[in-house]
Amino acid sequence: MDAVIQFLYAYHQEIFIVVLATFLGFELIASVPSVLHTPLMSGANAISGVVIVGAIIYVGHATDWLNILVGSIALFMATLNVTGGFVVTDRMLEMFKKKKTKE
Amino acid sequence: MNEIFHLQQDIQFTTAETILEFSYLLSAVFFVVGLKLQNKPDTARRGNLWAAAGMFLASLMTILLQTDKQGHGIQNLGYIFLSIGAASIIGWYIARKVKMTAMPQLVSFFNATGGLASAMISFMGFYETSLQDKGTILVSLLGILVGAVAFSGSMIAYGKLEGKVGDIRSGLMKYVNLLLLAISIGFIVVLMMAGSVTPTVTWLMFGLLFISLLYGVLFVMPIGGADMPVVISLLNALTGVAAAFTGFLYANYMMILGGILVGAAGTILTIVMCNAMNRSLLNVILGAFGGSSGAQGEEGGVIKEIQPSDAAVLMAYSSKVTVVPGYGLAVSQAQHTVHELEKLLESKGVTVKYAIHPVAGRMPGHMNVLLAEADVSYSKLVEMDDINPEMEQTDVVVVIGANDVVNPAAVDMPGSPIYGMPIIRADKAKNIIVMKRGMGTGYAGIENPLFFLDQTRMLFGNAKDSLQKLIDEVKSL
Repeated sequence: MDAVIQFLYAYHQEIFIVVLATFLGFELIASVPSVLHTPLMSGANAISGVVIVGAIIYVGHATDWLNILVGSIALFMATLNVTGGFVVTDRMLEMFKKKKTKE
Repeated sequence: MNEIFHLQQDIQFTTAETILEFSYLLSAVFFVVGLKLQNKPDTARRGNLWAAAGMFLASLMTILLQTDKQGHGIQNLGYIFLSIGAASIIGWYIARKVKMTAMPQLVSFFNATGGLASAMISFMGFYETSLQDKGTILVSLLGILVGAVAFSGSMIAYGKLEGKVGDIRSGLMKYVNLLLLAISIGFIVVLMMAGSVTPTVTWLMFGLLFISLLYGVLFVMPIGGADMPVVISLLNALTGVAAAFTGFLYANYMMILGGILVGAAGTILTIVMCNAMNRSLLNVILGAFGGSSGAQGEEGGVIKEIQPSDAAVLMAYSSKVTVVPGYGLAVSQAQHTVHELEKLLESKGVTVKYAIHPVAGRMPGHMNVLLAEADVSYSKLVEMDDINPEMEQTDVVVVIGANDVVNPAAVDMPGSPIYGMPIIRADKAKNIIVMKRGMGTGYAGIENPLFFLDQTRMLFGNAKDSLQKLIDEVKSL
């Protein structure tokens, strides 16, 4: 029980963010038309690449070669998620945009 | 009053840290604004760029300004730039070069890489914790579990969408999965108790990683094609949650916010997809579909075929034609051909619309992207609820490679496994042309009474070939 209390106390600010972000997320997404479901999912997917920041910090303070290696692979993967995700979303949305100007 | 108010005068800070924290705040705002803008087709592209800018800002500022408790800045810049540079080029290349029809696979693949990164960072993060702070240990273990499940699950989803991995469906599967989940939770509990890093702890860590990966595989394995939109959304949510756990590990609010936003977005899409099929999430995951469908009685009736020439006449002299696309359209890559037919018919004064079911295809909004690629105006893509009232005035409905989403059994056969699922009311139209490769049943394995209606005609063959024949016939009229 102490561990639970300790956890809640130590992370109370983070938990605050989690709860509010959940509401914010639901509010932001709830009204998206189904036309945009795929790009939204893909764009959100790219945002889940924020772990890139954690990976940079990890590699940035790693000292032995194993940590650097594993961290670099993680950083590589996270960047792939970010770059690929944003570029592919842009490519999808570009197709939606094109029609707009044509008509 | 100093004891009550949280006065700031004694707090140690550096300018760099302050700038970094506020950059993170700015990035978080960029993410929120970006997602907000993605609500409308006109601003969606800009929204995506906002989010990308937020990510760039956060990464850059981290490299420049982040320091550990001893004040050491980011080292190993060579490795960092090498990893980021290589991945950016490869990611960019893949995202630009892959065919539009392979979009669901691609989204799954990128989702997998994010999950893997989170799992790896959490795994290494476990060893950075001094094994004293139980909270941090728990967070890192959960990050491994969720990240690994998202990774292996997405890879299996990728394989399935590529057609390289088949379905395994067995009643035993759900017990195996529940067992695996219980074992992984057991591992987490045992690891929480560990006071120091011993070889046993490391073995347990690899055990947890392995079981999580296995769970991801076995969890997606039994899920059939038509349920893919649900699973892809769910995996997307899991990657977000995994990223949020790593945010806990680094006490980084921006990572938490970004991850949770994605988690919320994925959850909403999952719920929307489940509602569109009138099934609970549990039902999808446990794969309750299919198995019992053999008990369905044979639907009596006669199948009536139609030749392309007759179908062409029927369509060209109608005033209102509605196309209902399904996964078959994506498989035969007929999106350009259908657009060509649409333009041809429009030039003859026929109004052509597309009726889009939320779960048509293999990912949320799949049909929209597919048709957008073929230059179909998005104003022609009509959602299910908006098109259904018009169905009775529609002269011809053309069902291309869709089955369950137009199955009237969902409305009037209470015993049917898909009873209650909202459908596109193709059966209400004056004429129905169904393009199908053969008389196989849909994913759900249920006979479709639509095919036996008096006003239904079947046009057998590959959708692209059939459409091409239709175009030729309409042109020769």
